Amino acid sequence: MTTFTNIPKRIEDALEQRSAGTSRRDFLKTSGVFVVSFGAAAVSPALPFGVVAQGEATAGPYPEPDFRELDTWIAIHENNTATFFVGKTDCGQGTGTAFRQMMSDELDIAYDDTSVIMGSTDVTPDQGGSGGSDAIQRDGWPMRRVAAEARRVLLELACKRFGLPVEDVEQLNVSDAVITLKSDPSKKLTYAELIDGKQFHVTLTGDNVNETTGTAAVKPVQELRNVGQSLERYDIPPKVDGSLTWAVDVKLPGMVHARNVRPPVVGAKLIGIDESSVKDLPGFIRVVSKGNYVAVVCEREEQAIDASRKLKVDWQKPAAAPFPTSDELYAYMRSATPMSSWDPDVVGDPEAALESAATVVEAEYDFPFQGHTAFGPAHALADPSDGQMTIYSNDMKSYGMRRGVAEFLGMPNDQVRVVWMEGPQAYGRSAADDAGFEAAFLAKEIGRPVRVQWMRDEETAWDTKGPPYTFTLRGGLDGEGNVVAFDYKAQSVDYNHVGYNEAETVLIAQLIGTRKETPSAGRATTPTDLYAIPNRRVTGKVVRLPAIWETPLRTGNLRDPNGPQVTFASESFIDELAAAAHADPIAFRLKLLTASTDDDSGFKRARSIAVIRAAADAYGWDTRVSPKPRDAETILTGRGMAYAYRSQTVVAEIAEVEVNRETGHVWVKRLVCAHDCGLVINPEALRGTIEGGMLHSLSRALHEEVRFDTERVTSVDWRSHPSLTHADTPAAIDVVLVNGDPNPDRPDLPPYGAGEAVCKPLIAAVANAIYDATGVRLRRVPFRDERVLAQLKAAGV
Amino acid sequence: MSNVTLNVNGTTHTVDIDPSTRLLYVLRNDLGLRGPRFGCGLGQCGACTVIIDGVATRSCVTPTSRVKGEITTLEGLAKDGTLHPVQQAWIDEQVPQCGFCQNGQIMTAKALLDRNPNPTDAEIREGMARALCRCMTYYRIQAAVKRAAGGSSAADAKSGGKVVGS
Ligand code: FES
Ligand code: FES
Repeated sequence: MTTFTNIPKRIEDALEQRSAGTSRRDFLKTSGVFVVSFGAAAVSPALPFGVVAQGEATAGPYPEPDFRELDTWIAIHENNTATFFVGKTDCGQGTGTAFRQMMSDELDIAYDDTSVIMGSTDVTPDQGGSGGSDAIQRDGWPMRRVAAEARRVLLELACKRFGLPVEDVEQLNVSDAVITLKSDPSKKLTYAELIDGKQFHVTLTGDNVNETTGTAAVKPVQELRNVGQSLERYDIPPKVDGSLTWAVDVKLPGMVHARNVRPPVVGAKLIGIDESSVKDLPGFIRVVSKGNYVAVVCEREEQAIDASRKLKVDWQKPAAAPFPTSDELYAYMRSATPMSSWDPDVVGDPEAALESAATVVEAEYDFPFQGHTAFGPAHALADPSDGQMTIYSNDMKSYGMRRGVAEFLGMPNDQVRVVWMEGPQAYGRSAADDAGFEAAFLAKEIGRPVRVQWMRDEETAWDTKGPPYTFTLRGGLDGEGNVVAFDYKAQSVDYNHVGYNEAETVLIAQLIGTRKETPSAGRATTPTDLYAIPNRRVTGKVVRLPAIWETPLRTGNLRDPNGPQVTFASESFIDELAAAAHADPIAFRLKLLTASTDDDSGFKRARSIAVIRAAADAYGWDTRVSPKPRDAETILTGRGMAYAYRSQTVVAEIAEVEVNRETGHVWVKRLVCAHDCGLVINPEALRGTIEGGMLHSLSRALHEEVRFDTERVTSVDWRSHPSLTHADTPAAIDVVLVNGDPNPDRPDLPPYGAGEAVCKPLIAAVANAIYDATGVRLRRVPFRDERVLAQLKAAGV
Repeated sequence: MSNVTLNVNGTTHTVDIDPSTRLLYVLRNDLGLRGPRFGCGLGQCGACTVIIDGVATRSCVTPTSRVKGEITTLEGLAKDGTLHPVQQAWIDEQVPQCGFCQNGQIMTAKALLDRNPNPTDAEIREGMARALCRCMTYYRIQAAVKRAAGGSSAADAKSGGKVVGS
């Protein structure tokens, strides 16, 4: 059976099969260019079987598929295969494969006889797209339940066909989409025969999509066959052989190209545009501008790039500088007036405990702005044909984009659709949102399909950022080295944090000036650990930079938002306390974890202890105090660990480093991750996700910092904004899946969100390893060579 | 505009373009290829890599008029329906996350192995160094290069992951 790998084709093929052979494929070849016509995707799964009104469908509107209809989720085809329609997107962690594994198990069909379609707003139910690492944890459940319901309905149909009362369903066997009579296995019916070219016509219940259910129960874990297996990801071969059609590849008849022209100084006001500077350039179509938003539209892509660079625009600088320089950022943050703050979370009496402590440790940590910085810049193609708006985008939240664009353009929801296709991933609220709105705006203005793509400098400078933090921590130890007090204060620049696909905060809305009245409060979050400390206070505040609108230093969710920052500070500080207590860092943490026996229904304390032990075992941890005694060698080595949880997933990571005392260069030679996310659907895909998440965090630890002067961001490419490379890659990465399948230790545990938890502890683990190697504590990210060297020198290392 | 002739994956194409146009746009927009992609346009990331006469070349900074030789793109690596060993190694090692950079990784690795069929670990790091990946799949890429080179069972990347309790 073909695995449908090319997204538009996949959608077309599946719908084609669903519609009993009516051909609706329409691939046009025009002068060697691959043109995709998207008639098929417009067909609502809710349409009666076999009724395909292509003209009507292409023209829209595109009503939202009803999650309470079984047919929205599953189609059984004449060749006894199935297609699953789910409202998620796969950012490259293999969730699409995992959905097929779970749903094929519940439906009792061979994995290879299934395909999945994701994230196109008119053909898949709205499950929100991706985000929060909740694809399996939350969204997998309705998928499993609807697949179980489909199986139940098919068994019921089989009872009727075999002339059995429904109560006698036990007399039937079902395997690989074939139902047989136990008493006479020669009597069989396939799912395709049972459905017989029709649809299920079964209504489901549930107040919202997450609660969608039929009456069938899901299978116990022990009966799942594909779940727990490392099946190969179906999306990989077409990514490797060049056959995948990505969102960047879609071409439509009459399509034109646009490039943005951003204000050269943040907060500048548009005074005038000299269109004569570009109007004679080849292929020039139009300059589109509104407020401070400017774009140039041309026939060909390279023409648009050229024209956007040559366009003469008069800008008026703002009266006041939009922000301090990146070097002044932390001093600015520490003296700024908070915009948002929260009551501290207090246990015991931390002040009194600090007062009477035998030893008090105090430290400040700093964490810079960091970007998503997608490998390929933000892009989208918008088609305004027939008074509708179709956007081809890799944005992980296609449903949000549909609603946001409809609001932004003042169109009804059902006249906008977003077709999700694969693209460079950036993990969170990236500029893919912004590009989708820009393409739609320009398409409406021009009246032709418009493809917009950001340039590298634009992506690196103007993409939304993860917020910078400053931290002040204090800890108290008693005479025996027990932690008696912990005081944590965090401060972030996160005021006016932008949400996903918000019509009033996307960049084009900010530049046009149609922005919301009240900026969001932002967040400054607190550590996630289960250390039993009798006196504890954690508190957060949010400050702002002078410019909060039309600024490239706008903050938005970046992979495990706030987690890497917060855990860098808290888990570095626990190490500082361990050193002050002359204790081994792991023994010290285990003592803090075992000092209480309170646990939750997910056994998070017990599992925290288990992952730390598993990481120590896998690493071969030798119990001793940090730092390690230094020898005279140029290369100093050391190891460090950190632990955290996110939701119910617990993670412990160990880094082994080599630090060159002459250059300050840090190489993380080995990484170990012990990971427990409950039930594992696909161990190999999970390992890939863990490796990628750890190395992304390593890039943030060693390299990434958005730099700026008082007028603009100066990180604009891969030289001014370095990222991890092959040369930085550890020689060994060991991943221990503590609750790994196929024989989970705890089959009673459901699956939890696996990906983002990995990002929390890594930076602290590296800092702790550098301390172990050198005795020097790095309290500011990133650990670039020159900064490390300066600190080594200052410490006389 | 003028006619420029290009030999791509064994086929000759003539396109009517401004000859200074960077090769990447011609491959993508005139010839409809999907392997080479835009990542930076500055020669810094490798997304746009094609092989011209055996040399991994960044098509985003290459004027089309300068190209005289035979161009191979990702689409041209497979022969008679069989994937190139580098591509197969990429599947065996389950390398990509989002996959957007993998054209650059695969084409750079192919040119590297053609030059040096048995690279050491250091030569792999060095030879691949300028091909960036933001999903940070480097560890698996290096295992896949070793596998394609016929080195040790490349699953070093995987065997480290042990399953407790099985
Ligand atoms: S796109 Fe050519 S090197 Fe980055
Ligand atoms: S796999 Fe996503 S950029 Fe490399």
